[in-house]
Amino acid sequence: MPSFSSHPKQRSDQMESGSTTSRSSGDGSQRAATEALVRVRGLHFRRGEQRIFDGVDLDIPRGLVTAIMGPSGTGKTTLLKLISGQLQADAGEIEVDGQSIGSLSRSELYALRTRMGMLFQSGALLTDLDVFENVAFPLREHAKLPESVLRKLVLIKLEAVGLRGAARLMPSELSGGMARRVALARAVALDPTMIMYDEPFTGQDPISMGTLTSLIRQLNDASGLTSIVVSHDVSETAEIADHLYIIANGQIMASGSPREVAASDSAWVRQFMDGEPDGPVHYHYPAAPLEQDLLHSAVH
Amino acid sequence: MARIRLTEILVGAFMVLGFVALFFLAMRVSNLSLATAEDGYSLTAKFDNIGSLRVRAPVTMAGVRVGRVAAIGFDQETYQAVVTLRIAEQYDQIPTDTFANIFTAGLLGEQYIGLDPGASPDMLSNGDRIEFTQSALVLEQMIGQFLLSKAEEGGK
Amino acid sequence: MLDSIASLGRAGLAAVASLGRAHLLLIGILGGLPSMLIRPRLLVAQVYNLGVLSLLIILVSGLFVGMVLGLQGHYVLSQFGAAESLGVMVAASLVRELGPVVTALLFAGRAGSALTAEIGLMKATEQLSGLEMMAVDPVKRVLTPRFFAGLISMPLLAALFSAVGVMGGWFVGVGLLGVDDGAFWGQMQSKIDFNEDVLNGVIKSLIFGVVVTWIALFEGYDTSPTSTGVSRATTRTVVHAALAVLGLDFVLTALMFGG
Ligand SMILES: Nc1ncnc2c1ncn2[C@@H]1O[C@H](COP(=O)(O)OP(=O)(O)O)[C@@H](O)[C@H]1O
Ligand SMILES: [Mg+2]
Repeated sequence: MPSFSSHPKQRSDQMESGSTTSRSSGDGSQRAATEALVRVRGLHFRRGEQRIFDGVDLDIPRGLVTAIMGPSGTGKTTLLKLISGQLQADAGEIEVDGQSIGSLSRSELYALRTRMGMLFQSGALLTDLDVFENVAFPLREHAKLPESVLRKLVLIKLEAVGLRGAARLMPSELSGGMARRVALARAVALDPTMIMYDEPFTGQDPISMGTLTSLIRQLNDASGLTSIVVSHDVSETAEIADHLYIIANGQIMASGSPREVAASDSAWVRQFMDGEPDGPVHYHYPAAPLEQDLLHSAVH
Repeated sequence: MARIRLTEILVGAFMVLGFVALFFLAMRVSNLSLATAEDGYSLTAKFDNIGSLRVRAPVTMAGVRVGRVAAIGFDQETYQAVVTLRIAEQYDQIPTDTFANIFTAGLLGEQYIGLDPGASPDMLSNGDRIEFTQSALVLEQMIGQFLLSKAEEGGK
Repeated sequence: MLDSIASLGRAGLAAVASLGRAHLLLIGILGGLPSMLIRPRLLVAQVYNLGVLSLLIILVSGLFVGMVLGLQGHYVLSQFGAAESLGVMVAASLVRELGPVVTALLFAGRAGSALTAEIGLMKATEQLSGLEMMAVDPVKRVLTPRFFAGLISMPLLAALFSAVGVMGGWFVGVGLLGVDDGAFWGQMQSKIDFNEDVLNGVIKSLIFGVVVTWIALFEGYDTSPTSTGVSRATTRTVVHAALAVLGLDFVLTALMFGG
């Protein structure tokens, strides 16, 4: 929405009525009814015996930066894959721009994906193409542009991530951080309405971290994008997000503006935001008691 | 760009090379080049025993290949093998009293038909029959005869 | 006891399930044919990877196999005074059996394993998911050109193997051991039938090409996206492809030459 896309600080203030309870409720859901680009209701998903989502409701408001945070292994990447239709939910409803992901045909899903960008944790650049061709790839596939226009477009996108000079390098010649920035240029090549970032900050040096955060913010504000940032980096994420969801143990543990979440006195949230190893969220993967395992191994 | 071009050239060369190899197998290794001599004319000959003569076996005159065995059949009335020979067009001067033998190349080699020309002024033409034939030497029979004669010698 | 029966059953079910997935994948691959024909350059690049890059090993192996056949064949045949049949022996073994089979085995080792590792790593590094997210079907985009490249390359490689092998046999037999040149080629030509031998050999190599490429692509696409997974899948490709080629060769030989 145009009125939201001017000043991030103002936006955060407008969202102050959000709550930090375990369900998105109150003001958050009222607003979501009209403005949510992505609506998730009653999401259940399991991998083998492991329940990854156990009844998750969340809304991604249009035109804002929404952060999804949580300890690693809680299913943040899985959530993005569910939203983009790469995985199918076991139960529940996922709607993107009013279309229910589960009921789309393959071609409808592909049409929807041309309007979504996704920045993979690893970058996922095509290793047999150079940087330029990687960014040009979605344009060549989906937009029939003359070569000269395409060239300009690609160079502009690369300039935006500061890698125009690296256009002819192969992905194997890039550092992890550079690869991620190329992937970002590629993700926005088709000017999507929504972009999903999977752990954009890990592996970035402080300088590119800074440029990346401002890039995400700028992209969002300048072109009215909707952004979903998945991360476990508390401080960077809180800095750019308009809205936060914290997930753990298959549920939404908290939601609201960064300020509200930071001020929350819930034990879950405190532990996560302050980075304490033990608390209500278990750092340990579920297991039998240690003594039992050790004794067993002694028997063998 | 140059790399793509080089790839295309190499792939093209590879395809050409592959088809050249196939052509070599067809024309030089196998009988496709002889199969064009399919047009020609047919003769038949009846043998008491053709041994292990096969279709496609060569037909020679004076050691020169003039045709091949086109078909092998069996005559229920005379209990003889009927062999159809396909002779190349240019060899149209084969006398009617020509003798057809079944020979073996080497001791255990393949069997082929050797034509021994007669002296008749009349020439064979399409569909004619070669009257004089000599059956194949069958190794088992030869050995059997050999053993028999040895046994007779021993008996004396 | 019951446990081992259960695990046998589990393995059987898993095998059936993966066979099912392999067939579904094949259908998807074939469905990509129209979109591949729009972009022939993808196919060309893969014929380069699978065909041109396998050329050297195929030519060298073919030459040596042919030379060994010439040497051994001459040794055996000359004992029966049938050294003139050397050409037939060399050509028949190459065109009917060794050409398609050895080429397929080498192709599985050289190109098949590379295919599996490439696809598996593309999966592990999320390149396939990345394509999905760019609304590009990775099966059609990545697997289809590779499949058809394998299907094109294998018969050509097998033909080259056989041709070079015959030349190797000729070199040893005629050049070194003094078999008569005319008899070598003449007997070969009279005995080797184009339809029966050469064409059947080409059909065999085409089938082997399909099977080896299919196995390689499936193993790569179906791998668990880790380095262990990729390395296991690569091994499986070579083993399964070799077994499939040898088993199929028996069946095809029985069908083609058995009657
Ligand atoms: N391909 C897979 N097969 C089975 N389990 C998986 C797979 N991918 C992820 N998981 C499991 O799903 C859980 C969530 O994974 P993920 O979404 O990647 O976590 P996050 O991104 O939050 O770190 C993990 O505990 C992991 O064990
Ligand atoms: Mg993750």
